[in-house]
Amino acid sequence: MSAAAATFTPGFVAPAVSREATGHGDAGPAPKRVVAGFGFWIFLLSDIVMFSAFFASYAVLAGAVAGGPSAAALSDPNVVALETACLLLSSFCCGMASLAVEARKQALTQLALLATGLLGFAFLLLELREFAGLVAQGAGPSRSASLSSFFALVGCHGAHVTVGLLWIGTMMAQFYAKGFRADILRRYLCFSLFWHALDIVWVAIFSLVYLMGAHV
Amino acid sequence: MNDDALSAIGDIAPGHDYEAGQDIAARARSYLIGLGLAVVLTAASFWAAQTHLIYAPGVSAALVTLAIAQMGIHLVFFLHITTAPDNTNNVLALAFGVLFVGFVVLGSIWIMAHLNHMTMTMDQLMRMQ
Repeated sequence: MSAAAATFTPGFVAPAVSREATGHGDAGPAPKRVVAGFGFWIFLLSDIVMFSAFFASYAVLAGAVAGGPSAAALSDPNVVALETACLLLSSFCCGMASLAVEARKQALTQLALLATGLLGFAFLLLELREFAGLVAQGAGPSRSASLSSFFALVGCHGAHVTVGLLWIGTMMAQFYAKGFRADILRRYLCFSLFWHALDIVWVAIFSLVYLMGAHV
Repeated sequence: MNDDALSAIGDIAPGHDYEAGQDIAARARSYLIGLGLAVVLTAASFWAAQTHLIYAPGVSAALVTLAIAQMGIHLVFFLHITTAPDNTNNVLALAFGVLFVGFVVLGSIWIMAHLNHMTMTMDQLMRMQ
């Protein structure tokens, strides 16, 4: 079957056909999986640009503590380290799940995705506990501009993780009920990109917000 | 022809680490290397934030450098964004994203620092009267 026949997506403008077959169009429009992955990659980058606006507002407002505490000063570096470990291991488990999917191993896929989800859930619980602790100490988001921007940035990441957890659940159910169908594989590719990208955002958060904030 | 075979002749999707002849074990090893490097860089970041061995005003620069390095590790080993010719679309999109993140973050910090510098605080205004 030719590559072009089944893979053309409405709305997708196929790149001009080049002369070489080295991955630049000689085989016709790119396969659907590549198009889906690229489209989701564009979404992720736009999501990261949105995160950068939250980072910028935090960077500008971090010092505006209005005589109160800063979140970074109140946070426990051990908890931050534990959160980081959870998310990093979760990202790794997601990679293992990708390999299990490639190998078409149902039980391993379910197990790796379960581990991914549980580690993500542990991260979320630690974060919520930290937020509750801050609010209990009178350092809620309404205390100062610094804390508002802190809760907006870290909370936005936490909201993404929450959505990711729901997505893991639906992926497990889809693999279980529908098997390794091409459309399910595309959804899984998008999910794994999403989950790894969230870990990248967390790297920026723990470095620039927690560690740098506690140091300065 | 299945999807894998197609990807061998077409572009590569971000996140997809298909390479002809590369078995699952080799790819698991690549994930492990990525995890190891990420752990080392994370540990270095936490160490740099606490140590007194680094000249204090330089710690921020160290943290930024370590964070960028770790993001690179994640991009290469977990998201499989490479500089291979079949990855050009993904890398160009990434470059555009990084450009905008730079504009937004550095631009905001720059402009607001200047505004703070140029604007008198309330007590300075009071003293002028």
